[in-house]
Amino acid sequence: MLLIHCPYCDETLPELEFAYAGEAHIARPKDPSTYSDEEWRDFLFIRSNPKGYHFERWRHVHGCARFFNAVRHTVSDKFLMTYKAGEPRPDISSMTENAE
Amino acid sequence: MSSYRIQGRGRVQHDVPVSFTFDGKTYQGVQGDTVASALLANGVHLMGRSFKYHRPRGVVSAGSEEPNALIGTRRGPGRFEPNTRATVQEIHANLSAESQNRWPNLNWDIGAVNDAGYMLFSAGFYYKTFMWPKSFWDKVYEPFIRAAAGLGKSPTEVDPDRYASRYLHTDVLVIGAGASGIAAALAAAKTGVRVTLVDEHAEMGGSLLSEPAVEIAGQPAWDWLASALAELDALGVKRMTRTTAIGYYHQNMIGLAEKLTDHLENLPADTPRERMWRVRANQVVLAQGALEKPLVFDGNDRPGVMLAGAAQTYLNRYGVRVGNNPVVVTAHDSAWYTAFDLSDTNCRVEAIVDTRTDIREDLLEGAQSRGITVYTGHTVSGTKGRLRVKSVRINPVNGQSVGAGKILACDCVLMTGGWTPSLHLFSHTKGSLRWDTENNAFLPDQKSEAVHIAGAGRGLWGIAAVLEDGDLAGRQAVAAMEKTTEPQAYEVADDRTGSGVIHKELPTDLNPNKAKAFVDYQNDVTAKDIRLAVREGMRSIEHVKRYTTNGMATDQGKMSNVNGLMIAADAVGKAPPQVGLTTFRPPYTPTTFGTFAGYHKGSHFELTRKTTIDGWAAENGAAFEPVAQWRRAWYFPKKGEDMHAAVRRECIATRKSLGIFDASTLGKIEVCGPDAVEFMNRFYTNPWTKLGNGRCRYGLLLGEDGYIRDDGVIGRLSDDLFHVTTTTGGAPRVLNMMEDYLQTEWPELNVWLTSTTEQWAVVALNGPNARKVLEPLVEGLDLSDENFPHMSIADCTVAGLSARLFRISFTGELGFEVNVPARYGRQLWDALYAEGQKYDVCPYGTETMHVLRAEKGYIIVGQDTDGTVTPQDAGLGWAIGKAKPDFVGKRSLARPDLVAEGRKQLVGLLTDDSTTKLEEGAQIVLDPNQPKPMKMVGHVTSSYDSAAVGRPIAMAVIEGGYSKMGETVYIPMPDKTITATITGAVFYDPDGDRLKM
Repeated sequence: MLLIHCPYCDETLPELEFAYAGEAHIARPKDPSTYSDEEWRDFLFIRSNPKGYHFERWRHVHGCARFFNAVRHTVSDKFLMTYKAGEPRPDISSMTENAE
Repeated sequence: MSSYRIQGRGRVQHDVPVSFTFDGKTYQGVQGDTVASALLANGVHLMGRSFKYHRPRGVVSAGSEEPNALIGTRRGPGRFEPNTRATVQEIHANLSAESQNRWPNLNWDIGAVNDAGYMLFSAGFYYKTFMWPKSFWDKVYEPFIRAAAGLGKSPTEVDPDRYASRYLHTDVLVIGAGASGIAAALAAAKTGVRVTLVDEHAEMGGSLLSEPAVEIAGQPAWDWLASALAELDALGVKRMTRTTAIGYYHQNMIGLAEKLTDHLENLPADTPRERMWRVRANQVVLAQGALEKPLVFDGNDRPGVMLAGAAQTYLNRYGVRVGNNPVVVTAHDSAWYTAFDLSDTNCRVEAIVDTRTDIREDLLEGAQSRGITVYTGHTVSGTKGRLRVKSVRINPVNGQSVGAGKILACDCVLMTGGWTPSLHLFSHTKGSLRWDTENNAFLPDQKSEAVHIAGAGRGLWGIAAVLEDGDLAGRQAVAAMEKTTEPQAYEVADDRTGSGVIHKELPTDLNPNKAKAFVDYQNDVTAKDIRLAVREGMRSIEHVKRYTTNGMATDQGKMSNVNGLMIAADAVGKAPPQVGLTTFRPPYTPTTFGTFAGYHKGSHFELTRKTTIDGWAAENGAAFEPVAQWRRAWYFPKKGEDMHAAVRRECIATRKSLGIFDASTLGKIEVCGPDAVEFMNRFYTNPWTKLGNGRCRYGLLLGEDGYIRDDGVIGRLSDDLFHVTTTTGGAPRVLNMMEDYLQTEWPELNVWLTSTTEQWAVVALNGPNARKVLEPLVEGLDLSDENFPHMSIADCTVAGLSARLFRISFTGELGFEVNVPARYGRQLWDALYAEGQKYDVCPYGTETMHVLRAEKGYIIVGQDTDGTVTPQDAGLGWAIGKAKPDFVGKRSLARPDLVAEGRKQLVGLLTDDSTTKLEEGAQIVLDPNQPKPMKMVGHVTSSYDSAAVGRPIAMAVIEGGYSKMGETVYIPMPDKTITATITGAVFYDPDGDRLKM
């Protein structure tokens, strides 16, 4: 069972308290009506599905109930970091040089 | 006492006799025996039959890796366990054990005809044989396979035992309490950190328990062991025996299965049978040792053929000689010591047969001084003996040529094909392995967790080496926590170090295709099967494993994997590391369901949510149905009524006068704040800006993909407060989705969301007399149609309780829903029910609710919709706020697929004979005479007998349904084809007059 750091509670807690919530940094457009059918399809359904580091959303559903973002490796399942919703997508290149 | 027990020897209590039964016969052992050691002391080797060929099998090992000696164990009613390993189960006076896979008995088993058919039952047998003719499947093949399938018998009674579950946090967890594990625990504990030491055996010591002659720090091994364990206790180390580390999970979480009562004669009243520990350790030391491998030769499975190391354990730990005339066959030095120890107890060792030619001088001298005949450079080409081995056939090997066979008489064959480091738990962590050419074994390579591997688990051999290595591992573990201690030097005398070589199946002068040379005993896989699999195209070891089932038995190939790999690698023509090893997965040893379930059984298996009115329903004979986690009243049968009659009566009573219904399970969310109306506009399809305070509106929720997710009536109490209702099962989903959008898409909105599902009890009153029963009980509100019309909401007092009153209807009748604080639910119900007596009030359940709403064409999300239904498809286009610039799912409603012709649309269906009720889920076709497979154009979503309409009614989704009104469709059923006509979905009071009374 994974241990996950909630950036709002600033606590590292068991996976049981959290729920996965899909890929991160896919913002809903301000005005979806301006999107073409192809653009809207991509927003709805197309995901990166990487083998490696994945930016994803989690919710501390049985704790503070906040949504936050995380970087997790899809092979090892290990979390590289977590950060608050709304914060920019972090540059992880310096962190992953040694980890890879 | 039998001639096989050596008085005074071993760690068992010779002066405490213990009786138990095996296959109905009483045997005597001594305190400290396992079933296997006690039977061996009685001269019994035959303990089971094999799974596929029903060959007689004896015990092979002395540990949890045992593949053959699987028994059923029983201690009184309900307490039966199949596939218990006789090598692990300790004996006690209340134990009755039985052999498995045999009929009518162990000595004479009719299933052994499979053995004669050996040439037929080869690898892939099931895939190849049961292909044709097709008609044989039901009558012949499946019954045959089912009768043969399964290992042991499943228990049939409810397990009366209790199972516990605990968490443990520790700094260093040491798994395996042999020499290296103890040294690691000592080193770590000296630095003051919390140390936990676990071992699957009844006592700690590991291989030291089988090696009493070694001296450590000037003490005999067992004296040193006792003082080391005492020192661990003094240092505060938590020591756990009979505790198996079954799985190694992320971030150093280890599952431990602790057995507490299986070894006890009498069950303590207050102790669970087993306990699952979920351990989170800062550092883990794996000191699991190594597992001995069999040699692969024809007849290596006869009772009496066993591992040499196991024989040494039975001798030195249990004081049992496994035979009087053993032949030792080996490819490793370790078996020589077994021969020496047995010879020193007046056992006549017939011979030591070694596959190697270059043998250490001291070993040869040891054999010579004891008068043991030695054959070096020899192979084994067969054994004889039906229920017990009687002789072994050996041949000299000269390069590629195998010389003439020589028969050696014996009563047991003790073999060693070398030792495999036990790395199962390390593999659970996805740690990588590398092939070590010196040890001819896979050793740990890259680690993914904070773990240290010590001792034989990383290929070391000899007590001195593993003590030093354990000490190092313990110090490395605490170094990660910035603690240090001086290295501990262990002086070891009379250490029995050694080395060996590794083999594929042994060479033979006989036809290898007729050899029954077993690799996997439990699944009856032979060397020939593995070679056949490679010949038939399997190249990857994963394919060979699945085709032959090698390593797929309950022992997960602890003994067989490396032997299987050597043979497969030879057949493929590659080096073993290029063929690879299959993946080990938890649990390390078979673990009971009870241990995994823990406290979650019986009434604790799943929670049942009950409303505060549930007690009234139970007292009044309700039948219940589960809805999500809720228990809901389904219908209220009167004496002699079946469900059909009760529902019909409830429907008629409600439409005629008054029905009362517990609607408390409805999901409820309060949406509150200055931006509440903006949030509602963006979230639900409907427009909310112009909804006046005190008014309600039907709310429809889509996913961003445009499909219906949920619905419910929503009331506006003030400018900044909405009372949202959701479906019973949908409340958590809807709240999660609201929070998601609020927190991550629209954080600028100032809105609070609060789940109030369990804060309100809700009683629905429906029927023409609903207002009459409510009026005398309501204070502070004029209930007239003019003041409080359909779709109104107000806070008021009902029956003296502060209440939130809705005028809404899910039945099509005049309806009110009274919300009061949940704890007053029963009080409100009682008051309304008492007042309702004047109008023949009828309590109704969810089934009547379903019928009444279907008569009105009101949908149930999840029943009439399935996640691919748009508002237009469901006839709810009117609920779309078309003037709104945006809402969740709006853009998707213009997706090409969602505006295409021919989508399935929700319509009504009336069967042409006016009496047949359709089955929900039944498929619909346009032409019943078309060839199969027919083109299905939709399915029935809801179907009920309707008293109000006077015939069965149904709802269905049908391709292009709106343009097919009045057309006939067909519903093919197994016994007949039903014809029906497409209609609108509203069957009753289409103008809604009854709502406006």
